[in-house]
Amino acid sequence: MIRLEEITKTYQLDGVEVNALRGVTLNISEGEFVAIVGPSGSGKSTLMNIIGCLDTPTSGKYWLKDHEVSKLSDNKLADIRNRLIGFVFQSFNLLPRLTALENVERPLIYRGVPKKERRMLAEKALERVGLQDRMFHRPNQLSGGQQQRVAIARALVGDPALILADEPTGNLDSVSGREVMYLLKELHAQGRTVLLITHDTDIARQAERRVKIFDGRLQEEGEVVL
Amino acid sequence: MNLLQAVRLAFGAIMSNKLRSFLTMLGVIIGVFAVVALVSIGQGATSQVTAEIQGMGSNLIVLAIRGRGGLDSLTLDEAVALAKRPGVSAVAPVVDGYATVKFATESNYTSIVGTTSAYSFVRNHFVDQGRFLADVDVQNRLKVAVLGAEVAENLFGGLDPVGHEIRINGSAFTVIGVLEEKGFSLGGPSDDFVIIPASTAERLLRRQGIRTVYLQAESAATVDLVVSGLESLMQLYFRDENAFSVFNQAEILDILDEVTGVLTLMLGGIAGISLLVGGIGIMNIMLVSVTERTREIGINKALGAKKRDILLQFLIESVVISGVGGFIGMVLGYGTVRLFSGLFGLTIAFSPQVVLTAFTFSVFVGIFFGLYPANKAAKLNPIDALRSE
Ligand SMILES: Nc1ncnc2c1ncn2[C@@H]1O[C@H](COP(=O)(O)OP(=O)(O)O)[C@@H](O)[C@H]1O
Ligand SMILES: [Mg+2]
Repeated sequence: MIRLEEITKTYQLDGVEVNALRGVTLNISEGEFVAIVGPSGSGKSTLMNIIGCLDTPTSGKYWLKDHEVSKLSDNKLADIRNRLIGFVFQSFNLLPRLTALENVERPLIYRGVPKKERRMLAEKALERVGLQDRMFHRPNQLSGGQQQRVAIARALVGDPALILADEPTGNLDSVSGREVMYLLKELHAQGRTVLLITHDTDIARQAERRVKIFDGRLQEEGEVVL
Repeated sequence: MNLLQAVRLAFGAIMSNKLRSFLTMLGVIIGVFAVVALVSIGQGATSQVTAEIQGMGSNLIVLAIRGRGGLDSLTLDEAVALAKRPGVSAVAPVVDGYATVKFATESNYTSIVGTTSAYSFVRNHFVDQGRFLADVDVQNRLKVAVLGAEVAENLFGGLDPVGHEIRINGSAFTVIGVLEEKGFSLGGPSDDFVIIPASTAERLLRRQGIRTVYLQAESAATVDLVVSGLESLMQLYFRDENAFSVFNQAEILDILDEVTGVLTLMLGGIAGISLLVGGIGIMNIMLVSVTERTREIGINKALGAKKRDILLQFLIESVVISGVGGFIGMVLGYGTVRLFSGLFGLTIAFSPQVVLTAFTFSVFVGIFFGLYPANKAAKLNPIDALRSE
């Protein structure tokens, strides 16, 4: 599903080079539930943005399904984000002007799904995350946990093969965090590939496979670093 | 994403910030309003004046004599004889001046036109009551008068003037007719004047000779022939091209068209500039909006929005603002123009073309000034946009 080869990412900041990723090689198969764990600033988000086709690596190769991502046009990348990937962000990233239902509908709008069908799918997605009675609330009328569930509904509404979650519990209390983790595990149980990014080892333990990241380098659990 | 969907998204964004959208719209509203109102008024004035000139008769030719030295006019017979020239169907010589016209206790200082029976036909101005001058009136230098509608109203009020005796500079004249009302007219009295026989007028006004001759060409095709013939004849007579001038309705209309064309263009230009300013206002707000909504754009891109989707959404937003503004301005302009024409009796030409042009222009203003901000939004890198706060 995902194959990264010697991926590096270097940021230029006022002439100073920041090496956020220093040669990352990683394979994730279809249907895996992988956690990437590492301290703050280790390059987790940078990695996820590259995997999510939101950003491009400085060097290295990346295959997603059968596509070599660096060879794809902007339009094709937008299409992949729309059909193949569902994002869950630490800060929810809901559109504040829209209701929960409208937020969940958004990916389907860009896919060109007709209004009726779109609405039906969005309602079903919100029911799945237990928010059927909050459909017409705006984000600022919802708790953090509810907002993140809206975001999960939005991620799953398009039935993507890959769910990318970047510290999805980072802004939540432990009860809401558990709910979110439960939903992610459920998505995995349905056969989706889930990539969870976290700095919390307790959260990471709930994944099938853990990969540690430190200072832009990966290390599989159980591997010995020399 | 289809167009309808993009329009829905744009409406949502506009409605989420109503006051700002309205203020932005205001620039376009005022611009289109100005275009519609000013051009309607300009065209109204033009069409009114044009109608007046056309009312003179399309084949009318005017010979005006300034003279040279002692030779400063034609005699009445010479002027009447112009009717025999090829292409001329009728001739009305005019001796004019001012006199005091009295009936009972009412008195009017007004314009006197001494002419012949042909005047009515040549000037396309006919009697409403009684009869016009006849050839015998002129031959016998009779003291008869045909009143302009305004003079008749001033002197007689509601009374029928025909058959009554009036005094012009003290001499008694019998009213034989009243002219139909013409309203405003260019280059001469239209209702406020009294017509008497030319022969009588030469005596009354103590003015010998004819300085103005109205000629009617047989058809529009013979107008040029008559004009050039008349010019060479007068050249022979006065030996000075500055001693006379010949012009016809077509020439007057040409000059008028030029003047009003410039006027309308100027009004349209001023209005167009205000529309342009409205467009700059749109661009300004759209740029602010793109900056404010950078994160929103990033989220949409993460969810699969293509460049085209974002471009379309912002472009449609600015087009909707300018289009709705244009529509409101159009309605407002129409209303105001109607109100003013009702209140002040102004002639207003409300042409659908101008309205459509103003509206179309406002939509194009939206596209033109929306394109840059929309493109800026569409080009944003998804991750940079997502990171912005
Ligand atoms: N846009 C950027 N410009 C410059 N440096 C960046 C940028 N984004 C991230 N970095 C740097 O790259 C490193 C990794 O960041 P990030 O991937 O966000 O870490 P994490 O998500 O693990 O906390 C950090 O040192 C961070 O300062
Ligand atoms: Mg991070």
